[in-house]
Amino acid sequence: MLVSQIGYYSLILGLIFSLILSVFSIKDLNSFNRKIDQNIFTFSLLQLTFVVVSFLCLIFSFVKSDFSNETVFNNSHTTKPLFYKISGTWGNHEGSLLLWLLVLTLFIFLFIIKSSNQPKKYRILTLLFQQIIIIGFFLFVLVTSNPFNYLFPIPNEGLGLNPILQDPVLAIHPPILYLGYVGSSIIFSSVLASVTQNYISSEWAKHIKKWVLISWIFLSVGIMLGSIWAYYELGWGGFWFWDPVENVSLMPWFTLTALLHCILVLERRQLLTSWVVILCIASFMLSMCGTFLVRSGILNSVHTFANDPARGIFILVFLFILIFLSLGIFFIFHKENYKDEKKFFLLSKETTILLNNWFMMYFLSVVLIGTIYPIFLDVMSTDKISVGPPFYHKLIVPFLIPFLIFMVFGSKLKWIKSEVNNKNLLVIFFIISIILSFFITKNFVRDLFLYPILIGVSLFLFFTTVVEFFNKKNVLSQTIAHFGFSLLILSILLNSILSSEIITNMRVGEKYYYDKGVIFFKKIEEKQESNFNSIVGHFKISDKRGNITNLEPELRVYNQPTIITSEADIKTTLLKDNFLVMNLVKGNEYFNIRYQVKPLMLWIWISILLISIGGMISFFKEKNEK
Amino acid sequence: MKNKIYLSIIITFLIFCFVIFYNGLNNPNIYTPKINKKKNIPIFEAKDFSSGANIRSGKIFEKNTFYVVNIWASWCVPCREEHELLMKLSRNKNIKLIGLNYKDNFNNAKKFLNELGNPYSQILIDKNGLLSIEFGAYGVPETFVVNKKKTIIKKFIGPINEEILSQIEKIIK
Repeated sequence: MLVSQIGYYSLILGLIFSLILSVFSIKDLNSFNRKIDQNIFTFSLLQLTFVVVSFLCLIFSFVKSDFSNETVFNNSHTTKPLFYKISGTWGNHEGSLLLWLLVLTLFIFLFIIKSSNQPKKYRILTLLFQQIIIIGFFLFVLVTSNPFNYLFPIPNEGLGLNPILQDPVLAIHPPILYLGYVGSSIIFSSVLASVTQNYISSEWAKHIKKWVLISWIFLSVGIMLGSIWAYYELGWGGFWFWDPVENVSLMPWFTLTALLHCILVLERRQLLTSWVVILCIASFMLSMCGTFLVRSGILNSVHTFANDPARGIFILVFLFILIFLSLGIFFIFHKENYKDEKKFFLLSKETTILLNNWFMMYFLSVVLIGTIYPIFLDVMSTDKISVGPPFYHKLIVPFLIPFLIFMVFGSKLKWIKSEVNNKNLLVIFFIISIILSFFITKNFVRDLFLYPILIGVSLFLFFTTVVEFFNKKNVLSQTIAHFGFSLLILSILLNSILSSEIITNMRVGEKYYYDKGVIFFKKIEEKQESNFNSIVGHFKISDKRGNITNLEPELRVYNQPTIITSEADIKTTLLKDNFLVMNLVKGNEYFNIRYQVKPLMLWIWISILLISIGGMISFFKEKNEK
Repeated sequence: MKNKIYLSIIITFLIFCFVIFYNGLNNPNIYTPKINKKKNIPIFEAKDFSSGANIRSGKIFEKNTFYVVNIWASWCVPCREEHELLMKLSRNKNIKLIGLNYKDNFNNAKKFLNELGNPYSQILIDKNGLLSIEFGAYGVPETFVVNKKKTIIKKFIGPINEEILSQIEKIIK
């Protein structure tokens, strides 16, 4: 009770400090002091402290199972393990918005103390723009989604956390993803500030690059965690479904990736300035748009916690206010700097970066249209359509071929003006890759055009980046990230070609023979945990080579709320995953068994980590790349 | 000047987006398709479940008979639920029940029918799911009513229940 009060009033205090902070910043903007007013630091710290207190109060209420708090009542239960009580704090609408607010205030505080070498006006303006976002979110939380609402009389027991969210990976997925999303808010505020100051320059690029990297790394890892979770928890045996909610996280990733590369150009030359500004704005707008689509209930998904139209309208209005604000600033203040324009040579790193940016924008528009179009159509014509994987595959996959080829050349070329060195070596690699891929694919794919070429060019990138590791002049971060990307595409392609699946109904004690081996359903066991009961199936799979795999998938019956989930059992090895999931067939002793062999799954995750590690190396490197 | 044109285009577009999203928020987002369009049954060729022979659609659907096409699979749990009702429906002499075995394993499907009974007068194999798509199916199970003119007049998504069963019987009368 008391804790909820403290939490609520710290939120209000936080809002008051944001307002005070804004007033002080405007004052300081017009003062002649060289340095930023010390009060601004203090207020920023206070603002952060109050949000932290509020957040801790909510965590405390969850841990203590204080059901006088409505959020806790709706999303927790006394029998839940402590870990999920804590993670339940952000596993719901109100708590996740509080987390969002926490990251917003934390990042602006870090920004203001870490940017002391930047011009004063630029820093204060960034702070001001960020305050607009922060105040918006404060109001959103306080007005429409207060996490500290009372319940009276106090219920004895809570409603429980959705069982599919009771998962270790999902416990850390939202915070990581939010760090990525909200990181882009700093980029947004900063770019608006520097546009008004006409400060889009290489100094600015060097400084903002760190923030772009932070949000890009967290976003990549966050998307990966979500994808890992979907892979083993949803039991569909896939890792990417082109679900609107997944798409929504992918869109800012596209713009951030494009931005990251453009920033590299801007670091060296006064080029692509408008483009950089647009990408900065778009990254945050797409993150916000994602929040809107996911939180408003306009899309139906596991992420939709509540369908209160008032919330949706609030974010929608707020989103469009920010869009119009940034548009206005862009059109009024932005001046293109033409002095470097003429020195854009065809054969240079800049050109390939620009080309790949266009491809990135193309991928972005495909995903954007696939996600938004059904909503538009629904509103305008009441037709319901759903856009599925074939749409994305048909439109994206062929364009990966030139994309990968440009990636090869881009990393070979130098800035400003360059020539292709080692032409013969590249040609030899290319031929080897294509031949190799032909031999890999010829037994598995009927389509002898697209897949072999696609695998060929990914192998081409793979080989050239491997060679790059031995080159003393290589840029380690770039080489690792590009190597990771080639590995990612290769693993995804080979995984989709070589996966096999068996679906059958089996009884305990039964054996099922298929062309490559036998599945033996040995027995079932019952198990009890504090938050669920489960039935564990024991399976023995032996293939013709005599390899034996034991798999134990579970059927869990969660007690609060009562939901049955099936947990796949996955045995991961370097080369392949064995994936088995079972489902109850109603009123019958049969179980529905789905057994999948998925090659190279591990490498998909490893390659995304490699890509992120590339980003981290670049982040921690003090000197700029040459 | 050029900028102003850009700006006005962008603003118009954004306002349009806003209106759409705003309306979208007030729409219910639970999936309830309405099928009012009357559509002729597709022309196709499919493998027969019992004989394994290829049959043309013209030979399966004759004029002056009501057909009910049911898409099912042994792995589909709701199909089990509705099976009893299909058995009941199959006792109605005025219609022929055609089964479309969707993306299934032949042995499992056979086991399924042995266990629960076979309500279908004919079963077609739809190994890759294309035939079901041509029928306009969204998933399994799904049931279509085809009238005497070979037109699909009604479609039910999901397992049928007593209410739907009586609706079907009403249509046929």
